[in-house]
Amino acid sequence: MDLKTRLNFSKKNLEISLLISGRRFLAALCYLGGLSILAGKTIGAVFTNFVRRKLVIEQLNKVGVNSILIVFLVTIFTGIVLALQSAYALKKFEAAIYIPGMVALSVTRELGPVLTALIIAGRVGASMTAEIGTMKVTEQIDALESLATDPVNYLVVPRFVALLIAVPILTIYGDFIGVLGGYLVGVTKLNISPHLYMNLTIDSLVYKDVLTGLIKSVFFAAAIVIISCYEGMRTVGGAEGVGRSTTMSVVMSFVLILMLDCFFTALFYFVFP
Amino acid sequence: MIELKKISKYFQNNKVLDNCSLTINKGETMVIIGRSGVGKSVLLKHIIGILQPDSGDVIVDGQSVPRLKAKDLNKLRLEIGMLFQGAALFDSMTVGENVGFLLKEHTSAANESIDKKVEESLAMVGLHGIQNLMPVSLSGGMKKRVGLARAICSQNLKIVLYDEPTTGLDPIMADAINNLIISLHDKLNTTSIAVTHDMNSAYKIADRIAMLYKGKIIAVGTPQEIKKTKDPFVKQFITGDAHGPITEHRAAESYELS
Repeated sequence: MDLKTRLNFSKKNLEISLLISGRRFLAALCYLGGLSILAGKTIGAVFTNFVRRKLVIEQLNKVGVNSILIVFLVTIFTGIVLALQSAYALKKFEAAIYIPGMVALSVTRELGPVLTALIIAGRVGASMTAEIGTMKVTEQIDALESLATDPVNYLVVPRFVALLIAVPILTIYGDFIGVLGGYLVGVTKLNISPHLYMNLTIDSLVYKDVLTGLIKSVFFAAAIVIISCYEGMRTVGGAEGVGRSTTMSVVMSFVLILMLDCFFTALFYFVFP
Repeated sequence: MIELKKISKYFQNNKVLDNCSLTINKGETMVIIGRSGVGKSVLLKHIIGILQPDSGDVIVDGQSVPRLKAKDLNKLRLEIGMLFQGAALFDSMTVGENVGFLLKEHTSAANESIDKKVEESLAMVGLHGIQNLMPVSLSGGMKKRVGLARAICSQNLKIVLYDEPTTGLDPIMADAINNLIISLHDKLNTTSIAVTHDMNSAYKIADRIAMLYKGKIIAVGTPQEIKKTKDPFVKQFITGDAHGPITEHRAAESYELS
């Protein structure tokens, strides 16, 4: 291959890769634009339109009540593991007394909100996408429009309101259960008295620790609803499309939850220490 | 009166409607025929504002549908009923809740009067006592009838749109649906637009028939005029001939693409 042919070849390759990258960049921008429009419409509708209370209660039951057991299981085991791992490290320095504080801070500031949000994204977000996606491919969303009903008002707003109520409540519940997990280890295996464990937990916490976790959980809830409903509403291609959207919704929710967590942790650390 | 004025619609790079124009007079039943995937349902969805044209205009009762604000569009939609191809019943609701959805959402009527209207609408399509059933337990024909009952369960119905009303039904059920469309048209005195590729249905229910081909309306006429047409494209479609200009064009296009 002579130099000219090789140059032409690499020029063509460069053009193709630029074209592909450009298209991907545009698709990402379109995706972000779509999410922003849906978020704007939903938040606008919460303040300007009436919210269907019956649908909110229905969703609260699906999202909140039905998630209590799974949140309990995940957070209690996490609390236990956290206490045991801390004990492994701290016992070497005779510092087991710091375990209640470590568990309480880790759970309330970080693990409680993040784990609860991840559970909700996997359990509730996926089912939202599958339900709305199926409605989309079977023309039920078109039918809603034909019956003079805005799909965002009818489908997204009640889910948004329900998650904004349920996720912070589940987070507080998860915080308690996580601390309880640590307490079980501390009291039964590390020989810390129950009274002392509780005192050490309460002393190590300030309102801000719980509050930062709750602020995070509100944003996580909003991210889960908007991504799940957006993925559902842009579903195309029958059952396969519904499966694709559901997977995409869980993956995107997980990524966004961890990104938001990183952002808020940095914000609370550097700006509001 | 409904007027489609030179509407064009693209899906990605695919031009589905190409400067398509059609006028439907008040009180008539217009049937739009054409091959599957030609854009008949897309045309119908423009009339009710579910889809917006890329260019052109859709005028319903003197109002430009694409230019209407959301509130006014919803007001117009209260006067339009639509039967979807797969009935599109809401899975999570009972038959009664499906049929009474519009009244429940948009009127202040008491539950008893909504229940009565639901019962009447179901009776009009020949169904009784199935209000508490879920859509999943219904047969295809029953779903279509419930879809039709939902489309007509309105206080001020002026236009009914039917998307493939007889597709997927056995011939007897298809004829029953045709009779239903005719009797509803007579009873409610509505303007009706049906899209179908079932010629028996088209001849039976239509006052006029229009054929959609390559994004344009290529012929409009009464069923008798359509039957006697000399247009080779329309002739091939209505006789259901596998050989003719439509299939030759498609073969030539595939060859060019390859």
